[in-house]
Amino acid sequence: MLKDEDRIFRNLYGFEDWGLKGAKKRGAWRGTKKLLEKGRDWIIEEIKASGLRGRGGAGFPTGLKWSFMPKESDGRPHYLVVNADESEPGTCKDREIMRHDPHLLIEGSLIASFAMGAHVGYIYIRGEFIHERERLQAAIDEAYDAKLIGKNNVHGYDFDLYLHHGAGAYICGEETALLESLEGKKGQPRLKPPFPANAGLYGAPTTVNNVESIAVAPDILRRGASWFAGLGRPNNTGTKLFCISGHVNRPCNVEEEMGITLKELLERHAGGVRGGWENLLAVIPGGSSVRCLPQDCCQSLNMDFDSLAALKSGLGTAAVIVMDKSTDIIRAIARLSYFYKHESCGQCTPCREGTGWMYRVLDRMARGEAEKREIDMLLEVTYQVEGHTICALGDAAAWPVQGLITHFRHVIEERIDQYSANPKPEGAVREPAAAE
Amino acid sequence: MSVRRLDPVQPDAFKFSPANLKWARDQMKKYPKGRQASAVIPLLWRAQEQHGGWLPEPALRAVADLLDMAYIRVYEVATFYTMFNLSPVGKYFVQLCGTTPCWLRGANDLKEVCRRVIGEQQQVTEDGLFSWLEVECLGACANAPMVQINKDYYEDLTAESFEQLLADLKAGREVKPGPQNGRQFSCPEGGPTTLMNGAAESKKSSAAKSTRTTKRKPSTARTKSATKRGGK
Repeated sequence: MLKDEDRIFRNLYGFEDWGLKGAKKRGAWRGTKKLLEKGRDWIIEEIKASGLRGRGGAGFPTGLKWSFMPKESDGRPHYLVVNADESEPGTCKDREIMRHDPHLLIEGSLIASFAMGAHVGYIYIRGEFIHERERLQAAIDEAYDAKLIGKNNVHGYDFDLYLHHGAGAYICGEETALLESLEGKKGQPRLKPPFPANAGLYGAPTTVNNVESIAVAPDILRRGASWFAGLGRPNNTGTKLFCISGHVNRPCNVEEEMGITLKELLERHAGGVRGGWENLLAVIPGGSSVRCLPQDCCQSLNMDFDSLAALKSGLGTAAVIVMDKSTDIIRAIARLSYFYKHESCGQCTPCREGTGWMYRVLDRMARGEAEKREIDMLLEVTYQVEGHTICALGDAAAWPVQGLITHFRHVIEERIDQYSANPKPEGAVREPAAAE
Repeated sequence: MSVRRLDPVQPDAFKFSPANLKWARDQMKKYPKGRQASAVIPLLWRAQEQHGGWLPEPALRAVADLLDMAYIRVYEVATFYTMFNLSPVGKYFVQLCGTTPCWLRGANDLKEVCRRVIGEQQQVTEDGLFSWLEVECLGACANAPMVQINKDYYEDLTAESFEQLLADLKAGREVKPGPQNGRQFSCPEGGPTTLMNGAAESKKSSAAKSTRTTKRKPSTARTKSATKRGGK
C-alpha cells in the first residue's frame, strides 16, 4: 500500500483546512519561486523524467505535451486551459481536488503556465459543480490576495488565472470542444490538425490538461522526478486517484500507487465486492468509455495504463465501476449507450445516428426481444462508428458495447432464448426497480 | 443529442437587475478584448438564476445584445447545453442522476419516489414547489445514488431518505446537503483507510471550516463578480 508520506492529496476527504493556511501547512506553495528559477526547460525535463501520464483518460505523457508549445511567442499569447469538466461516468476525483485541496491546482497552474510561457490560464469547470466553483474561486482569491499569482506577484512571473464554467455538456471534456465552449460557442469538437499547441484558444497556442495532471506537478518538482518515477511500474509511474463506485461495500475515492491490483484496491479501501470477491461479475476499470472486464480477467489485474490496454480495456480516468452477479449487464451497458446518445454533439453522422441506433438495439436485447444475428450486426455497427468521427466520443460509445459482446455474448443469447420461448410484452426480464 | 425547443409561452421582456448587469460586465473582463462572447454561458446562467430557474427567449436576446453576438449564436448555445432550462421548473428543481454508477446503486428507486411524490418528469407540481428531470452523470459516483436540487448535491440516498428529503423541503424544514448517511464526503463509510492522522484532527476542524466559506468577504471587484451569487 502507498505510504501516507508518499500521498500528494493529503486532504482528499476534507478533514483539514482547504484554505491557503492549511494548504501551506501541507506543503503547497513551498519553494515555488526556487522551482521557477530553475527555468522552463528544467521543469519540462523533470515532468518528462517523472513519467507522468495525463490523468484525464488518454494517458498522454504530460511533459511531452508541454514541450509541444512554441518556445518563443510569435506575438500571440500562450494559454493554459485546465480541464475540470469532469463528466465521465464513474469519475469523481477532480471534484475532491477542487473543493478540498484547491491550492495544489492553483500552484500547478502557475508552474505549468510558466513552463509553457503562458501568462493567462483558464480553468473550465463543469456547470453542475456550483459549490466547487465557489470554493475554487475563493482559493484563487486567496492566492491573489497573498500575491502568489496575479500581476507583480512574489514569484516574479505575471500570471492571471480565471475560472470559467460550462453548462452540462459531457462533450466539453474533449479538449477542442472545451475550447469552442470557452469561446462562447456550442461544444462541438474541432478537426485536428491544427493541434491546440499551434492554434487553440482564440487561435493562440494552448495546452489543455486535466486537473489531476496539473495538481500533481508541484509535488513532483519539489520531491524530484525520481521519487515519482519510483512509484508504480515502468511507464506507469506515480500515484493515482481511484474512484470506486458500484457494488462494493464502501464506495470511495482513494489515492493509491499506480499498478495496484484491482483486488487489493477493492478489498483494502472499498470494503470488498458486495457479497465477496466470488460474487464479482465484471468491472469497468476506467470510466464508462472503456471495455468492461469479466471476473476471470480480474484475478491479478494491475490497475495501470499498459496492463489494462493489453486486455483491450483501459485505465481511462481510473474510475472503477464494480458490478456484482445480481447485475443485469445488458441493461447496465444499455444505460451507458443511452448516455452517449444523450451526449453526442450531433456533428458527425456515425456518432449522431450510431449512438441512438446502438442504444435502441441494446434496449431490445436487454428485454430479449432481438435475433441472434443482430448481435453480430450490432458489433459491426460499433466498428463503423469507432474511428470514423472527429473526436473520441464515437469510440467511447462503441467500446462498452464491444466489451459487452466480447465477454457476455452468452448472456445476450440466453436472454433472446428466454424471450423467444415465452414472448411477453414486457420482455424476458422485467426491468428491475434497481439492479439489486 | 436531445431535441430542445423554447417554451411556447414567453414573457414580453427580460432585464438584468442592476447588480447582475454589473456582475455581467465584470465577467466580460476575464476574456481578451473582442472575445467577450466567451462569457455567454456564465451570463445565460445568471439570467436563468434571476428568472426563477429557466431561460425565457427575451433573456437570450438581452445576453446577445450585451455581448454583441448574433441572436442565433445565443439560441444555439441555449439549446445545446442541457443545464439551461427552456421551460419553467419548480422552486425545487430535482435533477436525478440515472447513469450506470447511480443506477447500480438504486437510482431507479429514487425515480419511483419522484414519480409518486412529484409526478411525471418536467411537470411542475401545482403548488409550484417541485419538478424533476433525469440527468446524466453528475460526477459524484462514489456517493451514488444522488440528486442535485438547485445548487446542492444530496448523496448516498435511499428511497426512504430521499422521500424524507422531499417532505422536509415541502414543509420548509432545514435540510443538509451532501451525504445523507453521515459519511465524510467521499471517504469510505466508517472512516478512512488512508491518511489516518488527518482523520484524527477530523471533525472539529472540518466543521469550523465549512462555516468559513460563507463568511468570506471578497476583496476586489474581480472576486466580487465571481463569488457573489443571487441577485434574484
